[in-house]
Amino acid sequence: MTPGEFEFLKTFLKTRSGLVLSSDKQYLVESRLLPIARSSKLETLSAVIQTLQRGSNRTLETDVIEAMTTNESFFFRDKTPFDHFKETMLPALKEARASRRQLKIWCAAASTGQEPYSLGICLKEEASKLPGWRTRILGTDLSLEVLEKAKAGLYSQFEVQRGLPIQMLLKYFDQKGDMWQITAEMRSMIEWKKLNLLESFTHLGEFDIVFCRNVLIYFDQTTKSEILGRLAKTLPDDGFLVLGAAETVVGLTDAFKPVPGKRGLFQKKQAVQAGTGSAAGPRLAVGGGVGFRR
Amino acid sequence: MKQCLVVDDSSVIRKVARRILEDMNFEITEAEDGQQALDACRSTMPDAILLDWNMPVMDGLEFLTSLRAEDGGESPVVVFCTTENDVAHIARAIRAGANEYIMKPFDREIVEAKFQEVGLI
Ligand SMILES: C[S@@+](CC[C@H](N)C(=O)[O-])C[C@H]1O[C@@H](n2cnc3c(N)ncnc32)[C@H](O)[C@@H]1O
Repeated sequence: MTPGEFEFLKTFLKTRSGLVLSSDKQYLVESRLLPIARSSKLETLSAVIQTLQRGSNRTLETDVIEAMTTNESFFFRDKTPFDHFKETMLPALKEARASRRQLKIWCAAASTGQEPYSLGICLKEEASKLPGWRTRILGTDLSLEVLEKAKAGLYSQFEVQRGLPIQMLLKYFDQKGDMWQITAEMRSMIEWKKLNLLESFTHLGEFDIVFCRNVLIYFDQTTKSEILGRLAKTLPDDGFLVLGAAETVVGLTDAFKPVPGKRGLFQKKQAVQAGTGSAAGPRLAVGGGVGFRR
Repeated sequence: MKQCLVVDDSSVIRKVARRILEDMNFEITEAEDGQQALDACRSTMPDAILLDWNMPVMDGLEFLTSLRAEDGGESPVVVFCTTENDVAHIARAIRAGANEYIMKPFDREIVEAKFQEVGLI
């Protein structure tokens, strides 16, 4: 791979998926793309990149874009977002949506499905507190390959042991040989769609909660700001945005404000101010501390 | 420092588990079977027990049942760690009073995740 070819690849990935590839990532490119070079019979990385440059091989383009994504995920990742979900978001929205009795949740980088399924399990566990409610979870990702796996809901013994309490494994999974499959009922709770966050998502409509975790970290500041700005438009003022542990809105957008005392949780500026008067006290931010009462 | 009793008839597994748990700041004692483990608990009740199932003399399930009937035997957090990986075994272990369950083979990440799950770290 020549420096020129590497530069082309950088621009290609930045434009197509938002991924920022720093110049020290040659090894990563090689380990991810050599298998594609072999399976596509192009043999070398240079040949792969030259084919991309000609712009005539859609399948190869998709394969390269998907191969360069990092798909790691696990059940109840970082734990606190799911505590916030049960203890802060659901109680607040239970009141705010009392007449509509409907909740729409979007996992905007769902990867292999652990995040939407963890939310599904939370909803199931809290179901008695939401009698007659309709809840919808949408999982989207750029990569069709991970979405296929998410849809199947089939996980290895290693995957079900990272973050998933054993009681939840017994309750929500069926053993399939040496794999574990999340139950058909849980699978029916989630809808899956392919979606590139660089492209418009207005057609998805409005959501009450958006989980967009561990994907913005791969993008540059401009792309992050731009996506956050558009995410704000999919949420009402009292909706919630959840970012990954290493992500924030600070310095990127004025559309969201951190919810005081709740790491990784954000609301639209207006909502937080409206709810708290002038001084933003953690106690008042989202009706926190009330718990999830019937 | 919290104390963890590692119960396994394989010295290799005990060594691997010890290394992982020591890095997690646990003080380790070892037992080779359920009876040794019970004796160890009678002299000092540990905070946590990592417990194999199939062992000579007294197996893990028998040990757990006896432990839970002992004075102060409800206090240790018990995490099974076994090749028995079917629903029936897991359910039996939970009913006998296990707090978590690791299916072998395991690695550092799984031990950490499970110990975190039960509030040991
Ligand atoms: C590390 S995973 C995060 C999974 C999950 N949200 C979590 O936190 O565990 C990142 C995912 O973002 C997806 N992704 C990368 N670029 C994307 C884009 N432009 N649009 C949508 N998804 C993208 C990848 O395919 C990958 O599955």
